[in-house]
Amino acid sequence: MLQGVNLACVRGDRELFKDVNFSLEAGSLLQVRGPNGSGKTSLLRMLCGLSNPAAGEILWRDTSIRSLNGDYYAAVTYIGHLSGTKDDLTVIENLRISSALAGSEISIKQASEALKHMGLRGREALPVKVLSQGQRRRVALARLLVCNTSLWILDEPLVALDVMAVKLIQEILEQHLQRGGLIVMTTHQEIMVTATSITQLHLA
Amino acid sequence: MWIIKRDLLLAMRRQSDVLTTLFFFIIVVSLFPLSVGPEMNMLRTMAPGVVWVAALLASMLSLGRMFSNDYLDGTLEQMLLSPQSLSLLVLGKSFAHWLVTGVPLVLMAPVLGIQYDLPTDALLVLTSALLLGTPVLSLIGAIGAALTLGLRGGGVLVSLLVLPLYIPVLIFGAGAVEANMAGVEFDAHLSLIGAFLLVSIVFAPWAAAASLRVSLE
Amino acid sequence: MAINWFKYSSPASFYSLAGKMIPIFVFISVILLVAGLYVGFFVAPTDFQQGEAYRIIFIHVPAAWMSMFLYVVMAFWAGIGLAFNTRLSSMLATAIAPTGAMFTFIALWTGALWGKPMWGTWWVWDARLTSELILFFLYIGFMSLQAAIDDPRRADKAGAIIALVGVINIPIIYFSVQWWNTLHQGASVSINQAPAMATTMLTGMLIMVFASWMYSIAVILKRTRVIILERESHASWVAELQKKGAI
Repeated sequence: MLQGVNLACVRGDRELFKDVNFSLEAGSLLQVRGPNGSGKTSLLRMLCGLSNPAAGEILWRDTSIRSLNGDYYAAVTYIGHLSGTKDDLTVIENLRISSALAGSEISIKQASEALKHMGLRGREALPVKVLSQGQRRRVALARLLVCNTSLWILDEPLVALDVMAVKLIQEILEQHLQRGGLIVMTTHQEIMVTATSITQLHLA
Repeated sequence: MWIIKRDLLLAMRRQSDVLTTLFFFIIVVSLFPLSVGPEMNMLRTMAPGVVWVAALLASMLSLGRMFSNDYLDGTLEQMLLSPQSLSLLVLGKSFAHWLVTGVPLVLMAPVLGIQYDLPTDALLVLTSALLLGTPVLSLIGAIGAALTLGLRGGGVLVSLLVLPLYIPVLIFGAGAVEANMAGVEFDAHLSLIGAFLLVSIVFAPWAAAASLRVSLE
Repeated sequence: MAINWFKYSSPASFYSLAGKMIPIFVFISVILLVAGLYVGFFVAPTDFQQGEAYRIIFIHVPAAWMSMFLYVVMAFWAGIGLAFNTRLSSMLATAIAPTGAMFTFIALWTGALWGKPMWGTWWVWDARLTSELILFFLYIGFMSLQAAIDDPRRADKAGAIIALVGVINIPIIYFSVQWWNTLHQGASVSINQAPAMATTMLTGMLIMVFASWMYSIAVILKRTRVIILERESHASWVAELQKKGAI
């Protein structure tokens, strides 16, 4: 469903990678690995359509994502380094607004349900700025529970999370794969996800 | 629509930002009599220009907040990835920016006009010209704010980019009041500002959306 | 004669082509400049109203024309670069900006010099001078935006957007300033009211226009070459040139 063909990335004068190829089917996970500065984040941003590859093409259901635009975004959830939460808004406001932004408005009940699942019960009405790094991460990741997209692109989703939360996220990822979803993620940790297929992509 | 609600909510949580812009406007306008003297006739002729220039500067100063906070915490990224049209989102954000910075200026303008001894109907014209013109400032400003996202010295740069583009609004905005005080028809001025508003509603969000994509690449 | 134009849209071939063309344009522009200045300052008759001072128009008018023309050309190339992602056209746009700003500055400066004997003051808020001043601001904005951005691709695109926004705005600004001017000054002084020009004056001016044209092309090509070298410094053809000692 998701294909990268001969992708290349140039940052300034430097070529980060070239001739990157991969193909991802429903229900499978692509783990992007590589040392710091090898272009993992750049690759993920390309897959989101935030930046254009210097060469090559990204295909979603055999169509270039550049010609899909809004239709593609409706199928993608991206969680990057930045949490995408507003400090001045409360936890629940953040979740509801980011869902609305992603095109699916959710009720207060749905939102608090998801937050409870993420272990943020009782903190719904706190502004995000008083939360710890790990808790903010949970707020950001709570979006995965309320979105109905098929492709998840996650940049280091496990960073700053405690053991419990890591386990929780892995469960969520597993369920997504079982439903036939796709995941592209970077992580330095081993992923304990039982999935039909886990592909690894190494960037030099 | 909820993007407007969001930005208003954020502004409510940070009221000091809104007030800073408003007080900047008030202070700049109040400085002029101190620098040129309290001679009422001169102040009356200067008033429309002074109020407009101060409004331009105040609206420009607040442009930095339009996208940069969202840029820093990653919410802007999410907006770019929204299935909704980015131009519409930018339009919503510009509208929210206007509600937060433009409207207070418009409401404050008659009071400041009184300081300058403007006659009542001139006050009315000044307020309506500002009401039509300040949204244009927010819309055009969005382009500049989007282009300078994350750049060193972005604040000064945005003024270089945006102020020349504000000139038509300034000319006709201040011109309307002057025409009114000179006893000439001012409808044409207001219609022209209205035309600028329509044109910028159509084109500015689109250009700003393109700029955002460039800046976040 | 089939010329493969796309061949020249690659920076490498453009670099060598521009290298060959620059001397030609420099040569033509020097000839025209000498001829134009000679006609302007020695052949053209003294104006019966403005005396000798009017001769500044041989510099002022071509500079003002070039300044406006170059902005449109710059926006055109920048727009092409944005739409088709052609690097060379964006580089051209970047190369045009300083020359355009220089002509704008010359036009303002000579305008002031002309204003003093004509109107008794260095600066009048005449519609044309004011528009020229705003044009100068637009050039400065374009250049400072590009200078502030480190990534050349982002600089190209951001510059293109502001140049295009500027080009759309120029007619509006010009119109507004015109209106503002008639409102405030009436028709007290206006450059259009110059009496019918003698043929020699017109000839001199046209020669000067062509001279500045050729000069601009030469300088812009030169500057584009420098930008190409800067941006392509990691490319193999630059390394080869360096080996040959050509740079």
